[in-house]
Amino acid sequence: MTAPAEAAPARYVEHLMGMPISLALRGRHARDERGRAAWAAALAVLREADRVFSTYRGDSVIARLGRGELALDDCPPEVAEVLALGHAAERDSGGAFAVRRPGEDGGTVLDPSGVVKGWAVERAAAELRALEETDFCLSAGGDMTCLARDPGRPWRVGIEDPRDPSRVLAVVPVVDGAVATSGTAHRGSHLVDARTGRAPVGVASVTVVAASLTDADIDATAAYAQGPDAARWLATRPGRTGLVVWPDGTTSTVG
Amino acid sequence: MNPRARIVLWVASTVTVLVLLFGYQTSTSGPLAAGGQKVISAQGLAGGTAAAPSAAAPSSAGGATPGPAAGSSGSAAPQAAKKVTGQVADTRWGPVQVQLTIAGRKITDVAVVQYPNGNGRDQEINSQALPILIQETMGAQSANIDMVSGATVTSDGYLQSLQSALDQAGL
Repeated sequence: MTAPAEAAPARYVEHLMGMPISLALRGRHARDERGRAAWAAALAVLREADRVFSTYRGDSVIARLGRGELALDDCPPEVAEVLALGHAAERDSGGAFAVRRPGEDGGTVLDPSGVVKGWAVERAAAELRALEETDFCLSAGGDMTCLARDPGRPWRVGIEDPRDPSRVLAVVPVVDGAVATSGTAHRGSHLVDARTGRAPVGVASVTVVAASLTDADIDATAAYAQGPDAARWLATRPGRTGLVVWPDGTTSTVG
Repeated sequence: MNPRARIVLWVASTVTVLVLLFGYQTSTSGPLAAGGQKVISAQGLAGGTAAAPSAAAPSSAGGATPGPAAGSSGSAAPQAAKKVTGQVADTRWGPVQVQLTIAGRKITDVAVVQYPNGNGRDQEINSQALPILIQETMGAQSANIDMVSGATVTSDGYLQSLQSALDQAGL
């Protein structure tokens, strides 16, 4: 390994889709032109995903599909891919996770955003993965995918305390994989159990570690939506580990 | 996506499920979330992470070794196993190619000849990285962490977040 051993990671931050995108790079291309170009390319991937999937933009492909102005076959192939992921998550979570939610007019709104973030970040990370002898950790609003070329030097990902987000209550060493956390610490109750339409009670946050952020993000959302059953359900999921924090501050490690 | 690509992808995802099921055996063999008192030293875990064996390789998912008649034990007359390799399907992630081993009318083995890079990674990854509880919660500096995972941080809330502190320290 020729990567410089103890240099602090280079940090890059940009705000997209209303959330901070943070990148830590270390190794050969951490601070050079190639590293910066890969960061720009990763951001371009995220912007494109937003253009297609944003439910906040009336002219996005997903919004037009939801209104019936576009047929699925008229959409870019990524749309079918994302919807397939969402349907699988819906099935695996017994309906706690859904890509359609009740709309204000009593109908349903197509909203795969629970799938899109993890999926898009994982796509964007391919640009960083191409950097030789370079480690990366790419986070979108607290959900991240990371690679450390030297298994002896994993990224150390802190898990925020949902009751006091200025503190961390656990650390996950990540060599090659993803970490996602669902909870309500920063945004209030934006997550609902699709079966009841209500915010889940009985759980403070769920962190899932998996090979890809697509899976980690979906499972964190699905587990969180199941409230008191979060840890039990997560334990049935293959290839995942994680941490569930309960409202009283006690924790369950899953894995 | 043409129908053939669809089928191949379906088979490929079935393979992934098979592999993941095998992985599940190992990942749940440890103690489950019984009270969550599992505290592991950082040193031990980092070592374990490095040495963690990968999940079952796809070629072993069917339990049959390639070769004539391998999968047909138990039937009266051994039949020659046949291998059928599907065409390479171009997915957005890259090429996917699946090979089936068929003895008589039964599929005895499924192998993925070619994975797109993004998915092949799943086969060799350790997902065994366990969260290590910190005895007393602490600030990011003292915990010596690189990044922070937490409930979705918005741009509005970012400046108050731990991740922001880490980012600023490195900028």
